[in-house]
Amino acid sequence: MSTTLEKSANQKKKEEAMSINSLINPSMESMMTETKPKPIIEIDNVDFYYGATKALHGITLNIEPKKVTAFIGPSGCGKSTLLRCINRMNDLVDIARVGAGQFRISGVDIYHPSVDVIELRKRVGMVFQKSNPFPKSIYENIVYGLRIQGINDKKRLDEVVEKSLRGAALWDEVKDRLHDSALGLSGGQMQRICIARAIAVDPEIILMDEPCSALDPIATAKVEELIHELKTKFTIVIVTHNMQQAGRCSDTTAFFYLGKLIEIGNTEKIFTNPTQQQTEDYITGRFG
Amino acid sequence: MEHAFSNRPTKAKTTQNIAFWIMRSMTYTIVILATLIFGTIFIKGGSTVFQTSFPFVNTTFLFSKPETLHVVTSDGNKLQMGDKEWRAYSEKNPEAVIEDHKTYVYSAGGIFPCIVGTVLLVLGSMTIALTLGVMSAIYLSEYSKHGLFIEWVRISIANLAGVPSIVFGLFGYGIFVIFFGWNVSLLSGWFTLAFMVLPVIITSSEEAMRAVPKGFREGSLALGATKWQTITGNVLPYAIPGILTSSVLSISRVAGETAPIMFTAAYVVRDELPWEVSKLSDFFLQGVQALPYHIYVVSSKIPQNEYTARVQWGGAFVFLVVVLAIAMTSVVMRSKMRQKYRW
Ligand SMILES: Nc1ncnc2c1ncn2[C@@H]1O[C@H](COP(=O)(O)OP(=O)(O)O)[C@@H](O)[C@H]1O
Ligand SMILES: [Mg+2]
Repeated sequence: MSTTLEKSANQKKKEEAMSINSLINPSMESMMTETKPKPIIEIDNVDFYYGATKALHGITLNIEPKKVTAFIGPSGCGKSTLLRCINRMNDLVDIARVGAGQFRISGVDIYHPSVDVIELRKRVGMVFQKSNPFPKSIYENIVYGLRIQGINDKKRLDEVVEKSLRGAALWDEVKDRLHDSALGLSGGQMQRICIARAIAVDPEIILMDEPCSALDPIATAKVEELIHELKTKFTIVIVTHNMQQAGRCSDTTAFFYLGKLIEIGNTEKIFTNPTQQQTEDYITGRFG
Repeated sequence: MEHAFSNRPTKAKTTQNIAFWIMRSMTYTIVILATLIFGTIFIKGGSTVFQTSFPFVNTTFLFSKPETLHVVTSDGNKLQMGDKEWRAYSEKNPEAVIEDHKTYVYSAGGIFPCIVGTVLLVLGSMTIALTLGVMSAIYLSEYSKHGLFIEWVRISIANLAGVPSIVFGLFGYGIFVIFFGWNVSLLSGWFTLAFMVLPVIITSSEEAMRAVPKGFREGSLALGATKWQTITGNVLPYAIPGILTSSVLSISRVAGETAPIMFTAAYVVRDELPWEVSKLSDFFLQGVQALPYHIYVVSSKIPQNEYTARVQWGGAFVFLVVVLAIAMTSVVMRSKMRQKYRW
């Protein structure tokens, strides 16, 4: 008898709790949206193929604005592939296609036929693994993106060059040789030229594919410092091989393995207390 | 003294030595042959083109039209002169006793129209070949997708490169001379020669485009450039030195081939120089004399003697110099471009 009473009392409590939950939920949601800003990039259940080979399996993740998001994972797990989907660089690969899912930037499906990929790439800049300054002067490298938009006004270009080079923490190093070839610079400077070139067209998002993999530790430190400064203005997505780098310069970290997203979360949490065994194994260096 | 590393004869070493000596003697043979060929042309041709007195080059040979040579004994004096000179002479000396009057066609005067014709043929056909070739190369390397059709196009191009030049000559004759009605003209010759070198130009231009690092394309596209802006601004300029390299070889081919122009552009002899035309369209529709064809004519189409030999060797010498000069120009252009677009 007493047990049934207790039961009914328990049930009552549960019901109460549920009703309270349903009451407070809306306010909690609004609180959540206040603390968690609307994501700028939404990747929604994406499958990606190279020919018949599936390179990405049902990836879903959101990227917040003005934050640094790092993609980590062993070689060949699809980090670059996913990154290059965000500015549709994969369009260049004949056999590549998005099989399912959506990429949305500010709510717009970027693979929709009405999307102008040129406009997309102006807003989503990219820095490549192998630094690729054009064999032109430093100045012409920086203004390339403006010139192709038909902007040739000298004063405007001069301003942009200074602003971009300052933004890439390079101005003091190169201001006296703006008209020398960019190929005469050091590896780290070249990579920062590429960053300056990307920010010259004033994008919202900058994608970086292992930007430091060819740099020495000092140059790497400079680029990392730069990334830290850049996130006040841009949303940055960085692919990296280097665990410490992800730890040092990202806010959010996503771990990929064999084309699947294993875990995404606050960088500190991923590195100290991952929920997935695979993540922990990778981070502690047990594989990869 | 014998020790662990002392040099002992082995079979492998003997084989190596023999192989080495065979290859060395082959190389020397080639050098000797080349020296003989060039040496002969330079010595024999040089005696026609150069002279011991001022201005040291034979300006008549370089800058006048071919004439018939008159060899006569007049009043007991042995004389040699060109057609014009002979007419003036016989008018002046009507009473002279003429004996042993012999004439030799094309053996007096010079080869100026041939030089001009060859230069015009080279410039025109290379312009056409480079324009068409580079456009095809851009399409093949930047726009075409892999597939059966493109594979087939490539095989056709490769096969076209192996077609003998006489076949191009006949093709040009059928299409340009007869079907388009351009007759034997610069225009027909330009297109025939251009088609002959087109496969080589397309293939090597495509290679030159592909050699431009992928990063230049990706970097440009990632900044919001269109494909066309990327190609014209960031790929083609860096491919031009490579394209010019292939065009150097094509220049010698275009300048040197006789078969393709025989039916399409070359005249045995023509009195007017190419710019002596009444209207512009005539310029394109006129036939020209050309060095290789002229050498062919004086070497095999007229009776041979010591007077024609002079023109043959002189012609060959000038021909080599002209080809060298045009090729050098494009080599210089290439190194300029290389400096400008170094990567
Ligand atoms: N252009 C391509 N064509 C075919 N397969 C590719 C291409 N690029 C990458 N892949 C394949 O896709 C998978 C993911 O590659 P990638 O995204 O470059 O990995 P990561 O950047 O993580 O090292 C790999 O198995 C790789 O072999
Ligand atoms: Mg990668």
